[in-house]
Amino acid sequence: MSVDKPKVSVHKFSSCDGCQLAFLNLGEDLLALTGLVDIRHFAEAGILGEEEPVDVAFIEGSISTPEDLERIKGIRERSRFLITIGACATAGGVQALRNLADAKAWTAAVYASPEYISSLDKVMPIREAVPVDFELWGCPVNSRQVLAALRDLLFGVAPIDERDKVCMECKRQLAVCVLVTEGRPCMGPVTRTGCGALCPRFGRACYACYGPAENLNTEALGQRLQGLGLVGHEIAQHYQTMNNHTPQFRAAAQRWDKPS
Amino acid sequence: MSEQRRVDIRIPVLARVEGEGALDMSISASGIDRLRLEIYEPPRLFEQFLVGRNAQDVLDMTARICGICPVAYQMSAVQALESIYRVEPEPWALAMRRVFYCGEWLQSHALHIHLLAAPDFFGCSNAVELAQKAPEEVRRGLRLQALGNDLIALFGARSVHPVGVQVGGFFHAPQPVLVAAMHERLEAARADAAALLRWTATLPLPDDDQDFVSVAMRDAVEYPLTRGRLVSSAGHDLGIDEFERHFEELQAPYSTALHARLDGQPYLVGPLARMNLNMDRLPPPLLALLDDAGVRFPSRNMFHSIIARAAEIWFAIDEAARLLRDYERPDSPAVPATPRAGIGYGCSEAPRGILWHRYATDTNGNVTEARIVPPTSQNQARIEEDLRTSLTRFGLDRPDAELRLHGETVIRNYDPCISCATHFLRLKVDRVVEEVKTKYKGEL
Repeated sequence: MSVDKPKVSVHKFSSCDGCQLAFLNLGEDLLALTGLVDIRHFAEAGILGEEEPVDVAFIEGSISTPEDLERIKGIRERSRFLITIGACATAGGVQALRNLADAKAWTAAVYASPEYISSLDKVMPIREAVPVDFELWGCPVNSRQVLAALRDLLFGVAPIDERDKVCMECKRQLAVCVLVTEGRPCMGPVTRTGCGALCPRFGRACYACYGPAENLNTEALGQRLQGLGLVGHEIAQHYQTMNNHTPQFRAAAQRWDKPS
Repeated sequence: MSEQRRVDIRIPVLARVEGEGALDMSISASGIDRLRLEIYEPPRLFEQFLVGRNAQDVLDMTARICGICPVAYQMSAVQALESIYRVEPEPWALAMRRVFYCGEWLQSHALHIHLLAAPDFFGCSNAVELAQKAPEEVRRGLRLQALGNDLIALFGARSVHPVGVQVGGFFHAPQPVLVAAMHERLEAARADAAALLRWTATLPLPDDDQDFVSVAMRDAVEYPLTRGRLVSSAGHDLGIDEFERHFEELQAPYSTALHARLDGQPYLVGPLARMNLNMDRLPPPLLALLDDAGVRFPSRNMFHSIIARAAEIWFAIDEAARLLRDYERPDSPAVPATPRAGIGYGCSEAPRGILWHRYATDTNGNVTEARIVPPTSQNQARIEEDLRTSLTRFGLDRPDAELRLHGETVIRNYDPCISCATHFLRLKVDRVVEEVKTKYKGEL
């Protein structure tokens, strides 16, 4: 392989493997990609070289064990750019719901030595463990997002952070608003774009799998959802999905999860 | 083998499998003393998260157990929930769910054959290397994988964690013009699928007959996909609600995935088990293709799994094409459903084998209890049994590197999805996980 090509790695932590598919589902473009970059580590694809220094490291999955923490620190040291892919790496993922549980009660009920398990008890996004250069949101991220970020870096420019709301994407796609016209409890007004407004275009409410948008107003949306007949904990559950661990969604869930 | 020889083989990170696992093996003059398929990926405790959630949350959250087979999770879950809510989707929705599921078999099997398994048979360590030696074959595989992904997206908007399924049917019925275009692509892909099947039959697969019990679903008419009874080569014929009476899950101290047993014995699920038990449900042209390729099922050679996968790719394309041929858009993609209390079971044939769910709900239809048994944890005991047999036959006095590669090849042949296997543990097993991880600290 050419020595000039930028070196790239893909690492997995606690996850469903779905964001790595943004690479493995590229079809023939996957072969084209290997012409542009030199992939040094990608275990699922059979390339093992975790210890090698790289220009760009893509990280899938969240941190949930002390070993994970050591591993990500090592990867950070050896990587020029570190990019998280997907909700687990960027926001903790659905498994961060365990952070909301009464950890002490769970642990004491279950473990002979609860003090031993405490370090395992919190699920963290990568940014809580090491500095992250760029985050790609979504559960899952898609190939377009991953390739756009990599292409930008190869051109020597900073990737664009898509932060506006799913609502904007619905307008661009000429999708009819499912909240206004059908009264569906759509999370689009508080959710980051990037998916292509898939759910509203399929006639269903957005369920916030791309995480919080910029300048979101969870209070106004909560009141709107209440107007549709949802009670407090149901509104809270709308924030307690794949991006439940983000400060914005955590605060919104806390605000609504009380008897009204 | 010399009396002094004692070999410890450790593969700390299994490559080309989904998720994180390791193989630990110790060999002495008397044979294999210790053999452990160690699964150390941390559990994500889904069964806990599902408590208190509504039906749609269950479909959206269980999909997140596995990025490679999210359709399977949605199909088993929706079946269980619909049985609780006493909803029967329209024939249109049932047929289109079959098509949707064909997409997942197609992409998952094509990914496994080309990107994960085949490099082993060409002396390559990955598909990029394989693409140098067999460029046309790899490109064909990637085309088939892409077709499967597009088929999922037709009904689910995207192929990973699709968003189209709801209790009672789908959210959206695709436009006939899109379905017609897909139908055309499926018809055109038959040639690729037939060529793939012939190619897998020519691979230098080890000849390694073993005794094992196959378990698969069985339908009165169709090759099993979305529903059916549970049958085994040992004569079982069970309703899916009888699963827990015969299948038990045991905990091994070195693995975060449970080992399943059928009446106390290891068993096989997945493409080979399905083929072994459902040959009479395959379309005649596929049987003729298999005959031409010189492969006979039922087979006791585990390495025939890759041929079974190729045959199921052909089947998935044929089945989806058949079901989409006279497509008409229904008035509504779903029938209405009213949440209610009850207990329901769901079971379907994920690409890697039977995926069994049980849910209990309260009067609002929200989950009070969930249990999910994925294919890979069911195969784990069988994989270890296979490794002992096949490595002993392969020759324990062979060099470590050869033993290591053969062991990895045997494991990959099962297409283990470790991400799936570890996401269902009850909390009480974490302590053991931690012991294993502590033990690993110096080694990894």
